[in-house]
Amino acid sequence: MTMKTVFKKTSGLTDKPTHYCPGCTHGVIHRLVGEVLEEMDILEDTIGVASVGCSVLSYEYFNCDMTQAAHGRAPAVATGVKRVLPNRFVFTYQGDGDLASIGISEVIHAAARGENITVIFVNNAIYGMTGGQMAPTTLIGQKTATTPFGRDASIQGSPIKVSEMIATLDGAAYIERVSSHDVQHIQKAKRAIRKAFETQQKGLGFSMVEILSTCPTNWGLDPAESLEWVKDSMVPVYPLGIYKNKEGVK
Amino acid sequence: MGKVLMKGNEVIAEAAVHAGCKYFFGYPITPQSELVAYMARRLPEVGGLFLQAESEIAAINMVYGAASTGVRVMTSSSSPGFSLKQEGISYLVGAELPAVICNIVRGGPGLGNIQPAQSDYFQVTKGGGHGDYNIPVLAPASLQEIVELTQDAFDIADRYRTPVILMGDGMLGQMMEPVEFMDRLEQQKMEKPWATTGTRGDGGPKIVTSLELDAEGLEKRNWSLQQKFARIKQNEVRYETYQTDDAEIVMVAFGTVARITMNAINRARQNGVKVGLIRPISLWPFPEKPFIETRERIKAYISVEMSAGQMVEDVRLAVNGHAPVDFFGRTGGVVPTQEEIYEKLISVAGGGVSV
Repeated sequence: MTMKTVFKKTSGLTDKPTHYCPGCTHGVIHRLVGEVLEEMDILEDTIGVASVGCSVLSYEYFNCDMTQAAHGRAPAVATGVKRVLPNRFVFTYQGDGDLASIGISEVIHAAARGENITVIFVNNAIYGMTGGQMAPTTLIGQKTATTPFGRDASIQGSPIKVSEMIATLDGAAYIERVSSHDVQHIQKAKRAIRKAFETQQKGLGFSMVEILSTCPTNWGLDPAESLEWVKDSMVPVYPLGIYKNKEGVK
Repeated sequence: MGKVLMKGNEVIAEAAVHAGCKYFFGYPITPQSELVAYMARRLPEVGGLFLQAESEIAAINMVYGAASTGVRVMTSSSSPGFSLKQEGISYLVGAELPAVICNIVRGGPGLGNIQPAQSDYFQVTKGGGHGDYNIPVLAPASLQEIVELTQDAFDIADRYRTPVILMGDGMLGQMMEPVEFMDRLEQQKMEKPWATTGTRGDGGPKIVTSLELDAEGLEKRNWSLQQKFARIKQNEVRYETYQTDDAEIVMVAFGTVARITMNAINRARQNGVKVGLIRPISLWPFPEKPFIETRERIKAYISVEMSAGQMVEDVRLAVNGHAPVDFFGRTGGVVPTQEEIYEKLISVAGGGVSV
């Protein structure tokens, strides 16, 4: 009987086991990015920038050169790398606390400059690493450690819709919001990530994929319920789709 | 190449270009804005890149990114902006990335003003950001010395994989003097196998990070950093002495204040007062040797600063109780005059010191 390989781990990831909680979709998203880098055969020419938050240790998981940035500053660090090495692929991997709160300025200006980098923005509507506090993307009514009575727009304001906002900037070339809550959407997410890196390959400017993601631990839900919550509660607030495709990347 | 008349801020920029720095990320702030503008014009001529960042915070993190690829890179600012860079500087130290950061100091605290000051001495010499660290700090007193020390700064940064601070006061940045640029005979080419430039041909992923979650692991890393700081202390102390051989009083001053103090010393010498000067050029590592060599015979040291008294603490540590240490300073952007420094030294000399 001959054995045929029908499935294998992507070479885009190292062999190191991830530290993510059960049901967290960071691992899935890591895999998608790793697969895209592998399939585009650009692993050796890629420098990733890890951010601060649950994904800080992503530098141990991606099988390419990695630099770890200060909280929120990954797009600035990526700018420094890309401006020196314009022929390499540079991406950041950031959560919603990192990107949408402390680092909102850096991502806006990187996009405005049309930095030819790719931002992987993982939005799970909460701070995970620090124990479940409100993020700028936390939904109205959502209970967190710092909104124990639920987020109240009159007190904490409303969620920031990052993709919509970034898409208004001329330097933004490819902006898409996808989700990780089921197989079909995960496959769509992978296509979006691929298009973002192709946008960079063509030198078209700033690309970002916002991926709606889970946090079972801090949401207080089991993994299956968490996926349902993304679909039922997050997607209506954060509509999926392509917000910018300046050059019609297919 | 002959001498050219230039402004201090521009000299720093041109000296950096001569040192092989092709990348500059900056943000405008008085009184160092000429440096940024010069780089914007000059770097494209040498195939380099200038980028105006959206903030001081972004600028230092762009420096971090560029430094992680192994190139010579620089940013500059003045006091309030320099404070904003502190987190990024701490990260540079932790990740062991070489870079040169220039601080043209102005009056503080807060927004303060735009007049010359030296009141960031504590910040630059005692760490500045979070964590256990020191950074080499070079403080030129003339525009020609800027040329020399800017090149030294890049060499030290590469040699020890550390950020290096070039510190001047607003006066140094704004004054004009003739300078001559000289390329180093052989530009030191450092191999940087740690640089994250992609893994093509080098076998495996490289990581630039300052994170170490394991306490024992971080302690080990910190001790190894301390060993590096000890090597820097061993090898990179710079200072100048002036008329200290027969001196009974020694003035201590750095940067432009040292030049004003030197004039006061010349005047006192004409009047028979035996006074000399120790001018620290590296503020960290602080030059202890000239104090150890003189402290048994010197009757008093006087630290002269454009601050309320910061370096004077390092002078006291170096003198270590062997002699009294006095202080004269002006703060808030006021430059001390030769006259008032002279009066201070005469009043100290009058207190039991032979005139």
